[in-house]
Amino acid sequence: MADYNTMELMICTAARELEDGACVGVGTGAPCAAAMLSQKAHSPNLVILFEAGGAAPLIPEMPISVGDSRTTWKAVMASGMCEIMETACRGMLDYTFLGGAQIDMYGNLNSTRIGPDHQKPKVRFPGSGGANDFGSFCWRMMVMTPQDPKRFAEKCSYITTPGWLQGGDSRAKSGLPLGAGPYKIITNMAVMDFEPESKRMRIIAINPGYAEKDVQDNCGFELLKAKKIVENKPPTKHELTILREEIDPYRYVIGR
Amino acid sequence: MEVLAQGIGPIFTDPDADKARAFFRKKSRALKPKVMSVKEAVEKFVHDGEYLCIGGFGANRIPAAVCHEIVRQGRKNMGFAGHTSTHDFQILCAGEVFNKLDVAYIVGLEARGLSANARKYMESGKVNVSEWTNYSLSVRFKAAAAGVSFYPSRNIMGTDTFQYSGAKIIECPFTGTKYAAMPAIWPDVSAIHVHEADIYGNCRIRGITVSDLDLARASKHLIITCERLIQNDEIRRDPSFTSIPYWCVDAVCEVPYGSYPGNMYGEYFSDEEHIKEWLKVEENPEEFKKFLEKNIYSCKDHFEYIERNGGMHKLLKLREKEFMFSKARD
Repeated sequence: MADYNTMELMICTAARELEDGACVGVGTGAPCAAAMLSQKAHSPNLVILFEAGGAAPLIPEMPISVGDSRTTWKAVMASGMCEIMETACRGMLDYTFLGGAQIDMYGNLNSTRIGPDHQKPKVRFPGSGGANDFGSFCWRMMVMTPQDPKRFAEKCSYITTPGWLQGGDSRAKSGLPLGAGPYKIITNMAVMDFEPESKRMRIIAINPGYAEKDVQDNCGFELLKAKKIVENKPPTKHELTILREEIDPYRYVIGR
Repeated sequence: MEVLAQGIGPIFTDPDADKARAFFRKKSRALKPKVMSVKEAVEKFVHDGEYLCIGGFGANRIPAAVCHEIVRQGRKNMGFAGHTSTHDFQILCAGEVFNKLDVAYIVGLEARGLSANARKYMESGKVNVSEWTNYSLSVRFKAAAAGVSFYPSRNIMGTDTFQYSGAKIIECPFTGTKYAAMPAIWPDVSAIHVHEADIYGNCRIRGITVSDLDLARASKHLIITCERLIQNDEIRRDPSFTSIPYWCVDAVCEVPYGSYPGNMYGEYFSDEEHIKEWLKVEENPEEFKKFLEKNIYSCKDHFEYIERNGGMHKLLKLREKEFMFSKARD
């Protein structure tokens, strides 16, 4: 039995993606935990941005809102939404973590609705918030999400946030900033990237305890496979200690 | 200018910059005291059918007293900008205040979960919806504040968010690059909660400003609630702290703890217990009715609401929480 849970593994995997000196835009919950872990364990000069205006804080503990006081704790600036999104749009935001009720094979995300009638949806979700903005502007968009066939959908009911749109060069043609787009999808079972030509989702690493078949069985569309699929590294003791003792001692996120 | 594509979402406010200029030409520049109660301010400046915006960020530095008063006075059929709205949205949904909605972020309360009542209202078919993003609404306010009818933005293209918005895709006359043109919003009335204001409406804000500086300038009428009134001499002693000038402002209401149960930077943290109670009680419509009666309809004002939820003792705890993060866990 492994001495960590899948949420801890996802957060540790995500945190390793954020190199020192990079800039990441995050929301609350797991993405914020990943950014905090990265800052404490790997990348002390990681610049963390919150869409509401918090810029480069040294977050003391998990914020409950992307606009609460913790997002400006020992920050270099308390700014506003345009400041943050303009920073992203002019090309200075390297990473972001987004999520949604549905994700398709091109990394498009739905956080708006289920059902065909927009004015009277079957289920109404919050909508874009800043997700479409970060997803449009950020060089490398990542997703942390549990893997199941409903969430990994053949087709999103609604595309809130752009992934690679219809694949190929469709995103470049859409008018969105060139060269930006989905980068990695981190789930409880695997890590996926996107095949450079077709922009289709592709397995590159499998988490300990899972097989390729588990990943495919829990996905609503056919996944491509990288030539070499590696086993994802489990969290280190050091990472787990920081995560459990400093970042989320009350297990708000890692207890989920 | 050639339009390459356009969304099917409605535009609820007129983006004509000359009409806005005609309005602002007549807006008073007089340096006169504007202090009044929240009740008076809402009676005077918030009317059925108008377009409303709320400053802050959902449950951070929100004019909660104004949101409650709008519900208490029974305003209906308003347009609303669901821009970074969370608890404020929840309050306005409780009163079914609006039926036209520009959506950026609604229904949810971030990490706290979704509001059952707000969801029900949004799934009822009673609300005419136009879809945007947080930044899209920010630049719509920015355009209005700058007195221009649209702002070019590089987001939303290629998505359903564009399809269901009122944006149009145009080409840059210099480079040929595609942009989403975001139409200006000049709200009829907005409410913003600030840390300090003088009696004329010169305002100081600490912490993040979200989109409030543009929103204040874009709004035809602006209600300011403040944690405390300060002397005009203090404003003039160092004008570098003033972020909203008095000529944008129509009403100044002193409401200490005016963002409660939301967070106020450097003053008090959010009352998570109370917000949790609100989310929970919404799951039972009968209980929610009683809850609203207790917390909004039968309250005289914001202070009575606070007194019914722990009063000064609760507020002191929330102040402590804001000032001592490590203690927040206790």
